[in-house]
Amino acid sequence: MTAHLPILQVLIPLMAAPLCVVFRHRDIAWIIVLLVSLISFVISTMILDQVLTQGVISYFMGDWPAPWGIEFRIDAVNAYILLIVSAIGAVVAFYGRHSVTREVPRDLIYLFYTAFLLCLTGLLGMTATGDAFNLFVFLEISSLSTYAMISLGKDRRALTASYQYLIMGTLGATFYVIGLGLLYMMTGTLNIVDLHAKLLDMDGSIRTLQAALAFLTVGLSLKLALFPLHLWLPNAYTYAPSSVTAFLAATATKVAVYVMLRVFFTIFGVDIFEETGLAPVLMTLAIAGMFVASTVAIFQNDMKRLLAYSSVAQIGYIMLGISFLNVTGVSAGIVHLLNHAVMKCAAFLAMGCFMYRVGSVQIEDLHGIGKKMPWTMAAFVVAGLSLIGVPLTVGFISKWYLIQAAMEADMMPIALLILLSSLLAVVYVWRFIEVAYFKEPANPSLKIKEAPLSMLIPLWVMAGASIYFGVDTDMTLGVAQLAAEMLVGGAP
Amino acid sequence: MSMELSIILAMAIPAVGAVLIALSGRIPNLRETITLLTAIALFLNVLNLLGPVLDGERPEVHLLDMFPGLAIAFKVEPLGMMFSLIASGLWILNSIYSIGYMRGNKEKHQTRFYICFAIAISATLGLAYSANLLTLFIFYEVLTFSTYPLVSHKGNETALKGARTYLGILVTTSVAFLFFAIAWTYSATGTLDFVDGGILGGKVEGPLMGLLLMLFIYGIGKAAVMPVHRWLPAAMVAPTPVSALLHAVAVVKSGVFSVVKVIVYTFGIDNLVTSGSADWLVYISGFTIIAASMVALRQDNLKRRLAYSTISQLSYVVLAAAILTPISAVGAALHIAAHAFGKITLFFAAGSIYTAAHKTEVSQLNGIGWKMPITMTAFAIGALSMIGLPPTAGFVSKWYIIQGAMSSENFVALSVVILSTLLNAGYFLPIIYAAFFRQAEPKGPDDHGGHHDHHGEAPLPIVIAITSTATLTILMFFFPDVALELAQQMIGGIQ
Repeated sequence: MTAHLPILQVLIPLMAAPLCVVFRHRDIAWIIVLLVSLISFVISTMILDQVLTQGVISYFMGDWPAPWGIEFRIDAVNAYILLIVSAIGAVVAFYGRHSVTREVPRDLIYLFYTAFLLCLTGLLGMTATGDAFNLFVFLEISSLSTYAMISLGKDRRALTASYQYLIMGTLGATFYVIGLGLLYMMTGTLNIVDLHAKLLDMDGSIRTLQAALAFLTVGLSLKLALFPLHLWLPNAYTYAPSSVTAFLAATATKVAVYVMLRVFFTIFGVDIFEETGLAPVLMTLAIAGMFVASTVAIFQNDMKRLLAYSSVAQIGYIMLGISFLNVTGVSAGIVHLLNHAVMKCAAFLAMGCFMYRVGSVQIEDLHGIGKKMPWTMAAFVVAGLSLIGVPLTVGFISKWYLIQAAMEADMMPIALLILLSSLLAVVYVWRFIEVAYFKEPANPSLKIKEAPLSMLIPLWVMAGASIYFGVDTDMTLGVAQLAAEMLVGGAP
Repeated sequence: MSMELSIILAMAIPAVGAVLIALSGRIPNLRETITLLTAIALFLNVLNLLGPVLDGERPEVHLLDMFPGLAIAFKVEPLGMMFSLIASGLWILNSIYSIGYMRGNKEKHQTRFYICFAIAISATLGLAYSANLLTLFIFYEVLTFSTYPLVSHKGNETALKGARTYLGILVTTSVAFLFFAIAWTYSATGTLDFVDGGILGGKVEGPLMGLLLMLFIYGIGKAAVMPVHRWLPAAMVAPTPVSALLHAVAVVKSGVFSVVKVIVYTFGIDNLVTSGSADWLVYISGFTIIAASMVALRQDNLKRRLAYSTISQLSYVVLAAAILTPISAVGAALHIAAHAFGKITLFFAAGSIYTAAHKTEVSQLNGIGWKMPITMTAFAIGALSMIGLPPTAGFVSKWYIIQGAMSSENFVALSVVILSTLLNAGYFLPIIYAAFFRQAEPKGPDDHGGHHDHHGEAPLPIVIAITSTATLTILMFFFPDVALELAQQMIGGIQ
């Protein structure tokens, strides 16, 4: 049984998805989603445990050995990502029941849950697989189901947002396949480990290889919304149902970052950066994203859009860490991947609570909400402080590591830029906190109650995690460090 | 009770207090009782540490590793001991005062007020006992954020604007400069511990040492060295108990305390003397002392005048530390205590006048001394201490600062102290004169109501608090032993 964990991780949500359609009932569908996501979570913890105690897991599909068959290959890096994705999935599934009923048309809810399970399947599959083409297949599964979920938002603009994402996402996926095709042309293999072994013997200055890297980088940058390829993200996050936004913000872009790490460090190896000069480009884009997106966030009046721009900026931090190309930097990127997932999930879940009770997340509709929904708002404050990077929250840990990485790479000015950009977060977070606590509501007669417990609990799980992992960093930093050493050290 | 436990309790007691206050929010009497009991318990707990520290012990607690090799850790050294005694002791008096003030002025959101206050005190204690720069930074930031709701307490546009300035300056400086300086220090030395003699000697080259010191000084915005002082007058929109304990004692003293810690335990006095990296600090802090006093002269709003006086007095501590002699370092430590007692008295008086007479401007105070004799007598004592005249605490600390300046033949520092003494007299004595020797002006036709002119003393809790702090100001002149002993132990560590 335990030998089959890697495939079960992906198979269970995949098999459960059609069940939702079979029953066509929203409550049954929700129960299925909840059960499946919990099972996924348990499996991912078992996998992580197995990886940490016994080393890399290699699972051959149908017992066809790699590189001919498809291999699921799980090491510290993706075991950790699997855990993040499935944990967020479980939390959002638990949270979703009320929120989805409010934000998705009633007769489509069972389809929503189907798409949710497929998306989970795709993301887990992308993470678990050791085959670059199989990865593309899962990428498409997750993308298509995401488009569907976004389009289920009640606002009609959700349709255009979804369409926009569909175009951009397809472009990204196509670029990925083109890049992969070029690699296949050169090496004749699609297995990630095998690709690496074959590429080792080749000269990094071959044009085809460089073109492949370029296509892969651009394609994945689209998926992970690296500035300036982020244009699909603000609309998608704004108009998608809140649970979807929370789930996507915490997982979809993160998995894309993971794939990028794989492409850079496992397939090509860290030496390719010296051949191509890609690192300065990534670094520049990352920093530009940190400043531009944060500045744009300051001027938003829709909280979901504001947080979406903040996500673009935060992805900048992750990419910046990676672009330092040293162990500290990559671990900073990886640890921020988790940290940002936790805090942004909390922030969007809080938005979901406002959406549920107030029906809007426009800042002017949320004046004085701190008194009406104190628990929701307090959780948002925790998430907001994390975004700023206040000590005792996860944001501080990421920031500290990023700065250390910059210092280690002898780039003090960049350390200063990181700090300055985090000040922009103070502005956009505080704009909301101030009016939420100190402005009188526009319509005081409106009776607004605190969000239901079934939404508050997941919200506070995430808010609590952003404090807990901000103080006790043994686990997060430990795994990130291990993963970074593995990636930068060059071992596949 | 073990000392390690006492250290943890120093932060835990106010934190638990905050929770209990939150739970008892609906019953004001219970809530205030809890506040008072928490403050008393905290003070007794801190007192428990005093004996051993005076005997030369330095209890430590290693809480947990936040990063590999970098811990949240606490160590009680003499300066921190003194700071924690002042903060926790004055919290008792301030709580008594708060009860009178908040009820007397019918302030809203009193539960939030008491909760945030308790958290701020908890952070102050954590900062006082921090064993390394990381721990210090953590509590420094917690202190900033926990005091924000206190500054913006009133919630009107003025309060929000003031609070924005407050948060903006303190967060910007701490993130852009202090965090940067700490990260730099760590990457240069591989440690952030507070060590006797400092850790930076020989680790950072020539002018960079001066730059790093500058990052620290301006990063610690709470020390209000010009030009990062503007948050302090802005914070005066807060209710007076906040101005009194936080913006005259806990918050601002956290600033200068951190400056002294950084100079003594991170840079090391010897290192700064030989490298000359701190010379500029004498001029900057000297300038702040004089300039802030000049501004204070021109303020008609009483609290703003006191705020600028605080800016000036804080730079005394920075100046004393920057003179870099053992005896002036003693002066710096003593001035933290002396200014605390004096300035809290002055703020208490300002709040007392506001509560009883609803007057906020200096020009309205003619003849008020006869209506509020206790308040104004206390005010006079506080003012004398600011000027540095016997028999008040201010004299003791100023004496040591002057001694230090003389011994190192630092005539810039010396003349700054002398000139500023005159300026201090210039903006405090007229208030006392007007209060006791001028007639109250007859009411103008547009005076609203007029019932405010028939006021007496402020409510009893206010009078109790103000009398106590004024007494402390005088007592420290006659019995400076404990403070002096702690200050000397601090420099004992240096030599």
